[in-house]
Amino acid sequence: MQPQHRPTYPRMLHPGAWWLWALGLAAAASRTRNPVPLLLVVAVTALVVAARKGDAPWARSYAAFLKLALLVIVLRVVFQALLSSGSQGPTVLFTLPELPIPGSTGIKLGGVVSLEAVLRAFYEGLQLATIIVAVGAANALGSARRLLRSVPGALYEVGVAVVIALTFAPQLVTDATRVREAHRLRGQSGGVRSLKRLIMPVLEGALERSVELAAAMDSRGYGRTSDAGHSARRAAGVFSLTGLLGLSVGVYGLLSGTGADWMGMPMLVAGALLSALGIHLGGRRTGRTTYRPDPWAFPEWAVAGSGLVAAVTMFVTAEVAPGSLILASPTQLPPVPLLAVLGILVAALPTVLAPPLPRAAAEETTSTGQREKVAA
Amino acid sequence: MIEFHDVSITFAGETEPVLNHVNLTIDEGELCLVVGRTGSGKTTLLRAINGLVPHFSGGTLTGRVVVDGRDTRDHRPRDLAEVVGFVGQDPLAGFVTDTVEDELAYGMESLGLAPDVMRKRVEETLDLLGLADLRQRPLATLSGGQQQRVAIGAVLTTHPRVLVLDEPTSALDPLAAEEVLATLQRLVHDLGLTVVLAEHRLERVVQYADRVVYVPGEARAVVDGAPQDVLDRSPIAPPVVELGRVAGWRPLPLSVRDARRRTAALRAQLTGLTPPAHAANHVGDVVAGVQDLVTGYGRLPVLKGVSVSLAQGEVVALMGRNGAGKSTLLRTLVGMRRPESGSVDVGGHRPAQLRPAALLRLVGLVPQVPGDLLYESTVARECTQADRDAGVPAGTTAGLFERLSPGVPGDQHPRDLSEGQRLTLVLAIVLAAGPPLLLLDEPTRGLDYTAKHRLVEILRDLAASGHAVMLATHDVELVAEVATRVVVLADGEVVADGPVADVVVSSPAFAPQVAKILAPSPWLTPTDVAVALAGVTAVSRP
Repeated sequence: MQPQHRPTYPRMLHPGAWWLWALGLAAAASRTRNPVPLLLVVAVTALVVAARKGDAPWARSYAAFLKLALLVIVLRVVFQALLSSGSQGPTVLFTLPELPIPGSTGIKLGGVVSLEAVLRAFYEGLQLATIIVAVGAANALGSARRLLRSVPGALYEVGVAVVIALTFAPQLVTDATRVREAHRLRGQSGGVRSLKRLIMPVLEGALERSVELAAAMDSRGYGRTSDAGHSARRAAGVFSLTGLLGLSVGVYGLLSGTGADWMGMPMLVAGALLSALGIHLGGRRTGRTTYRPDPWAFPEWAVAGSGLVAAVTMFVTAEVAPGSLILASPTQLPPVPLLAVLGILVAALPTVLAPPLPRAAAEETTSTGQREKVAA
Repeated sequence: MIEFHDVSITFAGETEPVLNHVNLTIDEGELCLVVGRTGSGKTTLLRAINGLVPHFSGGTLTGRVVVDGRDTRDHRPRDLAEVVGFVGQDPLAGFVTDTVEDELAYGMESLGLAPDVMRKRVEETLDLLGLADLRQRPLATLSGGQQQRVAIGAVLTTHPRVLVLDEPTSALDPLAAEEVLATLQRLVHDLGLTVVLAEHRLERVVQYADRVVYVPGEARAVVDGAPQDVLDRSPIAPPVVELGRVAGWRPLPLSVRDARRRTAALRAQLTGLTPPAHAANHVGDVVAGVQDLVTGYGRLPVLKGVSVSLAQGEVVALMGRNGAGKSTLLRTLVGMRRPESGSVDVGGHRPAQLRPAALLRLVGLVPQVPGDLLYESTVARECTQADRDAGVPAGTTAGLFERLSPGVPGDQHPRDLSEGQRLTLVLAIVLAAGPPLLLLDEPTRGLDYTAKHRLVEILRDLAASGHAVMLATHDVELVAEVATRVVVLADGEVVADGPVADVVVSSPAFAPQVAKILAPSPWLTPTDVAVALAGVTAVSRP
């Protein structure tokens, strides 16, 4: 057996596996507003992130996504309680002073705040928050940049554009800080006018750097495609685009659960087939190769599969026992959808199925350093 | 290997060609140095080698450029990727991926090499350039010299026959520059690569060159030939060559070693003469100082108990390797950073607590990228804005700028100024409010010899008129010319603080060329030697 098939062999898991796993959990979360499975999904992602994240810069992003998720919940509750008059129930928590708004817009400011409204807003916010946390987990576990290395040849140009955008965003922030500090040297202390003065040098700098990068890429052979006719290129483009469109409609139909039947699975399958064809056609055109591609072995299948299990059990539950996923009344004690809960628990298996990260020599010294600090 | 046949290049919207009827042949295995003032067309010449001019830049190229039998007329830069490796001015701006290993592989991926070939070449290149320990490191965390070596390695993996580098060492400290040049030297000698590089800091490179191409600019004819011959005629020359001219050595020496072996006669002439002191003519009141200064980021102190004071009339050079804390000290003096402990005193105030408008009258800083201070669309508006910021009568800044850099039209866009003109514009803006203390961070980055001479004159005048000047710099020749005191920082501590000659003469990294040649006598610049010798002849003649 090749070492990469063993879950105990230390290596980086293919980032695609992490993203599939997380998307599975996010898809599961999208079908329910029952807080029991939602909170369980959050717990599972936290567990796996704690067990398998590295110490690369992006690995710290999970906490940022958690904060964003909390903000989403708080905003949702505040807006629902303050601004919506239709959603209030009988159990009045307290009454705020109300601002009269003319006409029957359905909008109010202040007034009665009921327990039902707050809870409903909380559950709805929790659903979105859970999806955000799942994406955060994927981001922390599998670098988005490494994922882009695995994009098929046909989408390579798009991938490069995204990578460059990812580099430029932090660079812009650094530039802006530097320029703002420089303006202090001219005796200016901020204000709205300084914004205009900030934007010009920063944008000019970014533009110059882009041109520089483009020149570097050009002289290193970027875009040296093998000979293929215009028609083949156009065909590949049309197939990929139509396919991607189909995929989007399919995913929307499947996740929203409100569209017509044809919008779900059939569209998804057709879209996937078309894009696969387009990507295959386009891939033949670029003469690129990949240096040390990430392997896709048993642990990858296991991790992606565990996420899929969570999604499938949730979708099955939604068909078989929809009552256990939607609360009839927000104040009711939430039921426990057994099958879905089991599925989500399966998604916690990557804590052992995903290989541990190798420890680089440099990391070894830092961790010893940390231990010494703790000892001191 | 590289042939220019009657090449003229005119950019779109220009009437005059940048390069005019250039005929040039660079043979295989040569290290060719391209010299010239900024804006003379050096970069254009380099970019024409791999077809970036005109394929990427636009413009018109007449004549033919042939590299390894391929005409750039029919080959785009990407088609020449396995023939010409091109490394631009700022290595960080040219990186496409984010780790060392991926960056080395990028070019090969684009060429579609087989995975096993790529694997082998990456390992070979890591060893060749001494990068094996850094293979997994993110590119942004590398030092300048390491980044430059990665950039060279990244183009070497495609096994080009020609390597083209645009100012590879101008942003590096002397030791990192040595590191990069040693690498280039090895590539030329061991792999037989043809290397073409442009560089302002001739003193670093000229000794390695087999051929020098002098681009005079303004479409005048390009001169090329053996380094001795070209430098003999060119107005720009490193100190070792200037000393050779003063002493009348033929052929001219190019390296410290060449020169040192011929110094016997010159030494005899110089015995009994005292080198000029390089001290301030008149040291006035102390205008600023730091005492036991500690500052840094969290648990990473950058400055660890630094004490320095600056007095009127002094030009203090702040030296040390990258990351030693030079910029941090300057930034603390203008209040951009707060001290964690210790005191900072600028004209009796703590700079971090002053409003920017008040600070302006006490201290001025010219940052590493002077352009950061500029945002208006014309030079004239920039000057008016500076007058308003400083609260001085209209025309003050424009007058200063006219004095520092005469003859620049007011309607020109600041981005179109040359590096030297932009630096003097920022200098004028900073000086408008009349601060007694002037700080400069790496002022000679990207400056050619002419602009550097002008800067030296300006700084001397400022010191003579009672300013205190402090400049953080890697440029040892600038220090030898202008400084009256040197402070060396290492690892956040002051390791030396004293007169220029005492500090730099014995230092292997910071000694100027003339000091290395004439050590142990503390002569610092060719001008000092020339003046002393002239004095002798003047006295002995009557």
